[in-house]
Amino acid sequence: MARAVSTRRKTLTTVAAWAVGLLIFFPILWTFLTSFKTEATAIADPPVFLFFDWTTENYSVVQERSDYMRFLWNSVIIAGGSTLLGIIIAVPAAWAMAFVPSRWTKDILLWMLSTKMLPAVGVLYPMYLIFIQLGLLDTRIGLTIVLMLVNLPIIVWMLYTYFKEIPGEILEAARMDGAGLKEELLYVLTPMAIPGIASTVLLNVILAWNEAFWTLNLTAASAAPLTAFIASYSSPEGLFYAKLSAASTMAIAPILILGWFSQKQLVRGLTFGAVK
Amino acid sequence: MGRITLDKVVKRFGDVEVIPPLDLTIEDGEFTVFVGPSGCGKSTLLRLIAGLEDVSAGEIRIDGKPATDLPPAKRGLAMVFQSYALYPHMTVRKNIAFPMKMAGLSQEEQDARIKKAADALNLTDYLDRRPGQLSGGQRQRVAIGRAIVREPAAFLFDEPLSNLDAALRVGMRLEISELHERLKTTMIYVTHDQVEAMTMADKIVVLRAGIVEQVGSPLELYKNPRNLFVAGFIGSPKMNLIDGERAKAHDATHIGIRPEHLKIVESGGTFTGKVLVSEHLGSDTFFHVKVDGLDEPMTVRAGGEVNMRHGDTIHLEPVSEHLHRFGPDGLRIA
Amino acid sequence: MSTQHSRSAARLMMAPAVIVLLAWMLVPLTMTLWFSFKNYLPLRGGDLGWTGFDNYARFVTSSAFWPSVYATLVIVGGVLVITIFFGVLLALLLDQPFWGQGVVRILVIAPFFVMPTVSALVWKNMFMDPVNGLFAHLWRFFGAEPVSWLSEAPLFSIILIVSWQWLPFATLILLTATQSLDSEQLEAAEMDGAPPLKRFWHIILPHLSRAITVVLLIQTIFLLAIFAEIFVTTQGSFGTRTLTYLIYQRVLESQNVGLGSAGGVYAIILANIVAIFLMRIVGKNLDT
Repeated sequence: MARAVSTRRKTLTTVAAWAVGLLIFFPILWTFLTSFKTEATAIADPPVFLFFDWTTENYSVVQERSDYMRFLWNSVIIAGGSTLLGIIIAVPAAWAMAFVPSRWTKDILLWMLSTKMLPAVGVLYPMYLIFIQLGLLDTRIGLTIVLMLVNLPIIVWMLYTYFKEIPGEILEAARMDGAGLKEELLYVLTPMAIPGIASTVLLNVILAWNEAFWTLNLTAASAAPLTAFIASYSSPEGLFYAKLSAASTMAIAPILILGWFSQKQLVRGLTFGAVK
Repeated sequence: MGRITLDKVVKRFGDVEVIPPLDLTIEDGEFTVFVGPSGCGKSTLLRLIAGLEDVSAGEIRIDGKPATDLPPAKRGLAMVFQSYALYPHMTVRKNIAFPMKMAGLSQEEQDARIKKAADALNLTDYLDRRPGQLSGGQRQRVAIGRAIVREPAAFLFDEPLSNLDAALRVGMRLEISELHERLKTTMIYVTHDQVEAMTMADKIVVLRAGIVEQVGSPLELYKNPRNLFVAGFIGSPKMNLIDGERAKAHDATHIGIRPEHLKIVESGGTFTGKVLVSEHLGSDTFFHVKVDGLDEPMTVRAGGEVNMRHGDTIHLEPVSEHLHRFGPDGLRIA
Repeated sequence: MSTQHSRSAARLMMAPAVIVLLAWMLVPLTMTLWFSFKNYLPLRGGDLGWTGFDNYARFVTSSAFWPSVYATLVIVGGVLVITIFFGVLLALLLDQPFWGQGVVRILVIAPFFVMPTVSALVWKNMFMDPVNGLFAHLWRFFGAEPVSWLSEAPLFSIILIVSWQWLPFATLILLTATQSLDSEQLEAAEMDGAPPLKRFWHIILPHLSRAITVVLLIQTIFLLAIFAEIFVTTQGSFGTRTLTYLIYQRVLESQNVGLGSAGGVYAIILANIVAIFLMRIVGKNLDT
């Protein structure tokens, strides 16, 4: 809206928007601050906001006591691996649906979407059984595969909507110019779709990183990612707010940063192109 | 060389036959225009020749060699698309080089051809820009440049001017015609604009619903339209087509008179009516006349100095040797 | 619009995605259906034979069923109302020009990127704890008796946590939709003399209706499946046992796989009913 707005009104809006923004963000901010307090300061009444002795001790304690790095590594492998695997399977499929649509394309797309809506709990026991049979329980590879499957419909959909925006005539031009299928994908489609592929990767890393059903139910110790690591803090053992905060901060910081980069794509990815 | 022959070519989408069996020969070096209203199958026909669509039956030969089953890349044709279809992530130079890169030409050869094409198309200053930074006309030239460097057997143009504004369109029309004069390569040009067809073509193919209505030079089509459809489609402003009693008087179901073949007379005349609108173009004046007993207003072309206004009574007399007669089947009566 | 060659290439390239998803859908689903007709207790005798529809009947007649339906409805409904109401307000606010738009947007979106276990734990301990939580401090400051949120107002507490997580999603989508509103339309309405409230009601809200529907449906599907938030806070006690959590308990905690699978089939049917509506909207969008 390219309209001149009075400074007074803009000031009022600014105050309101910042107030709401800070209120919504407060739990994260508070967690971040608490992670630098001692356990005693963390529960002080009245609460201490900024003026305390900042300490990074909690971070080292968390790492020492619970081997944070191992969980982090599991999260990275599982989120990264499942996204990579998903992209490899989804790019050709999305290409086919976007540029060689058939009578079935729409049905296939909607069917893929419908698998995303399958309530996980409905197939919990079968998955459990399959994992035991195949020796995948509490393994990174098992979880990587499951999260790939969970997110594959979103990956296909996002890529499909991005590919759809590439005019088919450009690919036809490449064909006229003598490019075969391989050259067409390599020299024309992929470079043009890089931004779309990048945002798809970003969003799916986030979704896989935060997935908290399969990661909680199909892992025990060795393959547990950060979601499970944090859940292990749910049993209260005395004073531990500062450490909980430190662990939480470490678990969400990487993805928060990625998330901020992907906010635009978030809408497209999570509404399957229904809102742009 | 670029002689293209279509032999009983059929195209079906599912159960719908968009092109019934069609025979057509495009001679080497000819500028052929496919023209017709939207949905007439002209673009589909072009895409069949290009290899971007499969033919459902029949055969396409390029220079006598069967090309029906060849992929587009192997047909030796170049195409300029309506949207130009430039590669947005490549510079102009790389866009033009792409087909040569695909063909595996040496770097020196590529550079030489790029230079030649850029000189011819006034693109030298823009070679390192990306398509996004160019104007519509410049993009059009890049698309043409990319087609030229392949030295194809024939150029295919799919409504290349429809995305340009009116002034630019006239300029590009001339450039493409000049290009044809210079290269003498076969060109097939698809448009829905009969003015483009008339001004550029050696041979016009008028299509309707996948059927070739008439093939011929622009003047042949203008002078001797084979049927009512061609008569109404070719020529601007449109030919006046009249049915009923007045046509019966000439032993025809319809008669047609072009606006320039109606003479304004002082009194009497075959048609008498009132001027609805007069359009003064300076060189010409067009009058739209409501003639008693006719539903459609008639269009008359007169000299620039003729001055009549809304409501004036006008008497019109057709030039009899330019009267076209059509029978009940819509075909021309000789 | 393609050739035979490209069509066969397309089929080949689609095959991996279709095959893995087909397997992912069919294999576990068939197994769930299979178990749902069995009396299957892995730790207490294993497969005790076919039982027909007994599990289905027992699941809906068990004393835990209706409370879980109630908990599910309250949580899903509560979160939907809160996120959509405040989402629309926030979208309208953030769409106005103000200083620091980018930063505020980031602040508002942030909760969506917090993993569910973290947000549940942070809320549970640092805000809702009756002794050391911030709310308890605040209550004491005003001289009130601190509330033991998760046991005294368990559904409200969970709704609060989940709403905090999903409000950014609703806001972001509604903001995107708001921004696509043609400002000329609003200006035309202003010229026609429509006051702000009328403009909101007759132009902005209808424009947002599609986005609201999408938010509603997508959130419903995700909210029906919330798990971690309950898992780390109440473990399903104090009346927070949703349908999802009940099935989880039947299957993994009490190891009554047959009963749990019957519940799973109900959940699948329920999700599909919601999904059909979502698919209609998405499908319509595909045709354009």
